[in-house]
Amino acid sequence: MSFQILLNLFLAFLWMFLSSNYSVSRFIIGYLLGLLAILAMRRFFNSRLYIDRVWAIIKLVVLFIKELILANISVLVLVLKPKLEMQPAFFKYNTELTEEWEITLLSSLITLTPGTVVVHVSNDSKSLFIHVIDSNDIDATIDSIRNSFEKAILEVSRT
Amino acid sequence: MTILANILVVFFISVGLLFIVVAALGLIRLPDLYTRAHAASKSSTLGVMCILLGVFFHFWLKEDHFNPSILLGVLFLFITGPVGAHIMTRSSYLAGVKAWPGTVRDDLKEEIETMKKEQGIK
Repeated sequence: MSFQILLNLFLAFLWMFLSSNYSVSRFIIGYLLGLLAILAMRRFFNSRLYIDRVWAIIKLVVLFIKELILANISVLVLVLKPKLEMQPAFFKYNTELTEEWEITLLSSLITLTPGTVVVHVSNDSKSLFIHVIDSNDIDATIDSIRNSFEKAILEVSRT
Repeated sequence: MTILANILVVFFISVGLLFIVVAALGLIRLPDLYTRAHAASKSSTLGVMCILLGVFFHFWLKEDHFNPSILLGVLFLFITGPVGAHIMTRSSYLAGVKAWPGTVRDDLKEEIETMKKEQGIK
């Protein structure tokens, strides 16, 4: 991924030198042309195109912000309800992620989703222990949400 | 244009204020540490972020002063908020803070016990 970005920057500088015009607009044009060249030569790279991965990161950030807002609304409803009727629980969740940065990212995503806080990551880092604020209706939906998170993170880290 | 800018600023700051009030109410109303961590971690993160965004828009749109350090502050809050909640709940579980009696299920107990046994703590 970093190799492709460096190559693209190099092509942009090459374009600036070719036209001997050192302005920002030239650089942007060169960058876009270099992107086109990389797109055309994608067969020769071992990993996938970096644009693909940048797109996956953007999707992950949008998901993050959406979940943050939903989580806040659910906390608002919970706190302002006249009667506290919730069933907190600690439960175990087995993750497929292996890299440490992926697990860190997943646990901060889970902490910001509606009604869940990560309490403990097991020593072999294969399972997360999550405190959920209302276990009876959320358990199933949370699984689906977390599957979407895990999928989004795997989408970013896939080579 | 100024009306639009005013609406943007007022919207962000009032939403942020609302969420901070909800976080404070949650700290008072919720029964135990773990449920309070929910209110504290989520609502205060988004509340402070919204207020900072409102301040950013105020200085940018009305005083013509673009201040990126506020945006960096938003980013840092975004990163550190959930980690702080995680560390506080984990250390209090390890220190033996009891959960609310209404807690239904506790998968974590055995895990912590085996961990303590392996490391020879108590």
